[in-house]
Amino acid sequence: MAGTDLKRIIKSGFINFKRGGSVSFAAVLQVVNALAVITAIILLQGVLYSSLNQIKNKVDVTIYFVVGAPVEKIMTLQKSLIKLPEVAEVIYTSAEDNLKNFRTLHANDYPTIAALDEIGNNPLGAYLNVKAKEISQYESIANFMKSDNALASGSDSIIYKVNYHQNKSVIDRLNTIISGAQKFGFLLTLYLIISSLIITFNTIRLTIFIAKEEIGVMRLVGASKMRVRGPFMVEGVIYGAIATFATLVLFWPATAWLGRKMTSFLGMNVYDYYVSNILQIFAIILLSGILIGVISSFLAVRKYLNK
Amino acid sequence: MIYFNNVSKIYKDAVALDDVTVTITAGEFVSIVGHSGAGKTTLTKMILAEDKPSLGTVFFESIDVHKLKNKDLTKLRRRIGVVFQDFKLLPNKTAYENIAFAMEAVGKTDEEIASDVPHVLELVDLGHRVSHFPNQLSGGEQQRLAIARAIINQPELIIADEPTGNLDPINTHEIVQILKKINDLGTTVILATHNRGVIDAIGKRVITMENGKVIRDSKHGK
Repeated sequence: MAGTDLKRIIKSGFINFKRGGSVSFAAVLQVVNALAVITAIILLQGVLYSSLNQIKNKVDVTIYFVVGAPVEKIMTLQKSLIKLPEVAEVIYTSAEDNLKNFRTLHANDYPTIAALDEIGNNPLGAYLNVKAKEISQYESIANFMKSDNALASGSDSIIYKVNYHQNKSVIDRLNTIISGAQKFGFLLTLYLIISSLIITFNTIRLTIFIAKEEIGVMRLVGASKMRVRGPFMVEGVIYGAIATFATLVLFWPATAWLGRKMTSFLGMNVYDYYVSNILQIFAIILLSGILIGVISSFLAVRKYLNK
Repeated sequence: MIYFNNVSKIYKDAVALDDVTVTITAGEFVSIVGHSGAGKTTLTKMILAEDKPSLGTVFFESIDVHKLKNKDLTKLRRRIGVVFQDFKLLPNKTAYENIAFAMEAVGKTDEEIASDVPHVLELVDLGHRVSHFPNQLSGGEQQRLAIARAIINQPELIIADEPTGNLDPINTHEIVQILKKINDLGTTVILATHNRGVIDAIGKRVITMENGKVIRDSKHGK
C-alpha cells in the first residue's frame, strides 16, 4: 500500500507541476536565481583562491650564505628546515648557479659585468629559498633560524643574512589582506545564500498559498497529511532538478565568455575551472536545489495542514 | 449517531451557537434551517471538528470528535461525505481525478477507482464530463460532482451545507432529489439551508435555528 501511495504522490506532483503553468515557471525561475547565486559563489571562490595562491607563491624567505660556506653545512640546514611542519619547500641554489643567474640578469649591464670580471673569482654565496605553507608561518620559520636548534651545528657562522625582516612588513600586510579577503568572502557567501534561500522559500510559499483552500478540501475528504504534503514536496524536487539543469546550461556560455575575455584580469580561466569542476558543481547545486524546493514546500504546507 | 450536548460557540464579539442540544439518529434526513448567521454552518463544522466548541461536547457515535488525535480525525472524516455551497472541488484536477482523489485518500486500489469512478459519474449524470476541470462545468454540474465525491466512499453520513445556494431552481430540484435518493439507500443526511422550498420538497425532520439557538425541532418538515 505504501508503494501505491508513493506512486500516487509522485504522479500527483508531476501533474500538479505541469498544470501549475506560470506558477510553476515562476517557482523554477526563483530556484534558478538561488542556484545561480550558489554557482557564482563557487566560481568566485575559485578565482579568489587562485589569486591568493598566486600571491602566496610570490612570497618567500631567502637565507644567503657567506662566500665559501661548506655545502654539507648548508645541506644540513636545508634538511632541518624541510622537517619543519610549516615549510612547503626549500630550494638550494649553489654559489655557481647564483653567479650564472646574476650574469644572465645583468647581461645588458656592462659596468656590473665588467666589475665582476675584474674581481676574478665568484663574490656571491649560495642561498636557500624557503616557502612556507601559509604566509602567517614565515615568522615562525624566521624564529627557528634564530634558535639554537637550527644553528646547533655551527651554521650561524655561514649565514650572511636572512631577508625575512626586510620583507616582514610586506608579508604582514599580505597576510592581513588574505585573511580579510577570506573572512569577507565567507560573510558575503553567507549573506547571499541566506537571502536567496529566504526569497526562494517565500516564492514557494506563495505558490502553496494559492493552493491553501485545496489543502483544506483534501483534508476534509480524509486525505492523510503525507498524501496532501507529498505532491507539493515532489513539486519541490522538480523545481530543484529543472532549475539545476537550467543553471548549468546558463553558466556554460557565461563562463565561456569570461574565459575568453577575462582570464588575464581574473588570473585564471573561469571556463576551464567550470568545466573541470562540472560534476562537483552539479552535485552541489542539485542537492541545494532539491533541498530548497523540498524544505520550502514542507514548511509552507505545514502551515495549512492543521487547519 | 450524532449528539450535540449543550454546545456553545462564542467568538470575540458574537455567539454562533448557544447551548445547542440535538440528537440525530442513523438513517435520518435532517434539514437545519435558519437565516444567514443563525449558526447552521457552525453546527455542521462541529461534526467535522473543523471548529471547536467553546462549551459542550459533540459525539459521533460514541466518539467525542474534539478529543480525537489528527490521525483518528482523518479516519473519522473518511466516514463522512461533505457537500458545500461553493462546491470546494480541487481546481487542478479533472472530474474523474476529483473523485479518484477521495478514493485514494481512503486507500482504495487503482482497480476499484477505475471501476467505481465512471459509475458514480454516470449516477450524477456527468458521464460525458469525465475529463473536464471544475471551471469547465456549470454550477449544477459542479455540485453534482461534489455530491459524487461525497458519496463515492459510501459514507455513513452526508453533510450538505447550503448545497443549492448557488443553483437555479431546476438544478436545486435535481440536487434535492439526489440527496433524497442517497438517504433512501440508508445514508444519514444533514442538510443546512435557508431555502424554504427545499425543506418543503423534502418533507422530513427540520431543525430551525435563530441566533445560535434551536428554536424548533419538527419531525415532519415545516
